[in-house]
Amino acid sequence: MAVSGLMMLGYLAAHVLGNLKVFFGPQEFNEYGHWLRTMGAPVLHQEWALWIVRIGLLAAVVAHGVAAYQLSRRDIRARPVSYAHKRKRASYATRTMRWGGIILALFIVWHILDLTTLTVNENAQPGRPYENVVATFSTWYGNVIYLTAMLALGLHIRHGFWSAAQTLGAGSATRDRALKAAANGLALVLTAGFVAVPVAVMTGVVS
Amino acid sequence: MKLKLRVWRQRDAGASGTMATYEVDGISPDMSFLEMLDTLNEDLILRGEDPVAFDHDCREGICGACSLVINGDAHGPERTTTCQLHMRSFADGDTIDVEPWRAAAFPVVKDLVVDRSSFDRIIQAGGYVSVPTGAAPEAHATPVPKPDADFAFEHAECIGCGACVAACPNGSAMLFTSAKINHLNVLPQGAPERETRVLDMVATMDEEGFGGCTLTGECATACPKGIPLPSITAMNKEWLRANRKVKR
Ligand code: HEM
Ligand code: SF4
Ligand code: FES
Repeated sequence: MAVSGLMMLGYLAAHVLGNLKVFFGPQEFNEYGHWLRTMGAPVLHQEWALWIVRIGLLAAVVAHGVAAYQLSRRDIRARPVSYAHKRKRASYATRTMRWGGIILALFIVWHILDLTTLTVNENAQPGRPYENVVATFSTWYGNVIYLTAMLALGLHIRHGFWSAAQTLGAGSATRDRALKAAANGLALVLTAGFVAVPVAVMTGVVS
Repeated sequence: MKLKLRVWRQRDAGASGTMATYEVDGISPDMSFLEMLDTLNEDLILRGEDPVAFDHDCREGICGACSLVINGDAHGPERTTTCQLHMRSFADGDTIDVEPWRAAAFPVVKDLVVDRSSFDRIIQAGGYVSVPTGAAPEAHATPVPKPDADFAFEHAECIGCGACVAACPNGSAMLFTSAKINHLNVLPQGAPERETRVLDMVATMDEEGFGGCTLTGECATACPKGIPLPSITAMNKEWLRANRKVKR
């Protein structure tokens, strides 16, 4: 869970930076989208680098999902009889890891159909990611889906990053505050960075 | 004080149980929670009913035998053992829910008593040091740096009560196992078995049917001895290190 999660986190850091190029206008953003397909050239053939990244990501997503499923099964089996006196356990971010993860998995499917394959994007124009992003966030459901997913993402990273550090043995009593701060900072920066795009389209800053 | 209790009653391991309701009167705020249950049991015996079975031994917070989930909290609302919890933590007229530790690896024996021998098997897998018998060695023969001694002592405080498992939403035994491993692995006396200890104890913990850790932190919040959450991280580090060192 920790290793695959950190792989995805690394990808998201690059992704959010790329997304923010939307603020520099259609030309720069579309050129960037084009570069994603030619990166690695001339060593690599057209789109090879992109496919290598895609395969790595797919492996990470699948590994993360399978591990989460196995862990959840095991955890549920370890407490066959629940307590009659119910009370809330652990923080909100911690309690929502399973549902949040499911929301994110569904979001990834929608997101690829929306902005990569353009299947569900009604006003899509192939090769024009800028126009497609604007099209997505010009629909109410586009905004709702992306904003919900980004909130889930922030919560997921908040608990996930810190947990990964513990699993890999990188935490300690003295380093705990710093790690918690790093997890919260990462969650906040990524969520804010991703949310900035739909908000900019909604307010007309990007059009 | 007069209280209403809802207590888990279960005839034996095979039977199905229920929450039964009892009233107890004449409870002093200075009584411990277990003395309150003693009062209930005296009443039940006088009425010819079966007294409520619960585990206890030292009644001074050091043996780890007592084990009740009180109003959803392992060992109740204070950060101490059930035997050291006093009735002044409750108000007159309160309804109190009393349940056993709930975990697949801690099956109920009767009422509030659970079988914690899964913990014993984790200890048997490596929670010991091999030392030559004979006269006690000279104390200065094996120097231990002060920070290591403190770290070992902090973890040696674990009394094996199982509150960490009871409090964990996943029924995980990571805090207990990490306390035992960290206690010995940091000391020179524990060094010869450093790798096998962590690998074998963690493997036994998994075989016993405890859940996996999702770092909710509920264990460390419930622990009456204040074993801290980073103990689990330290154990993970030991486990990764041992896997690197030992090829098997
Ligand atoms: C508001 C937030 C987001 C926006 C505006 C956005 C926008 C985009 C765009 C325009 C592309 C296509 C790039 C291209 O083909 O040229 C893309 C690809 C992708 N995005 Fe996002 N994204 C957002 C958030 C996320 C999040 C949170 C995740 C992960 C959970 C994610 C995962 C992906 C993946 C996996 C791809 C690559 C698909 C592929 O090319 O194989 N995105 N995104
Ligand atoms: S770690 Fe704490 S809660 Fe768990 S068994 Fe030891 S003393 Fe009890
Ligand atoms: S009875 Fe010994 S710790 Fe409570």
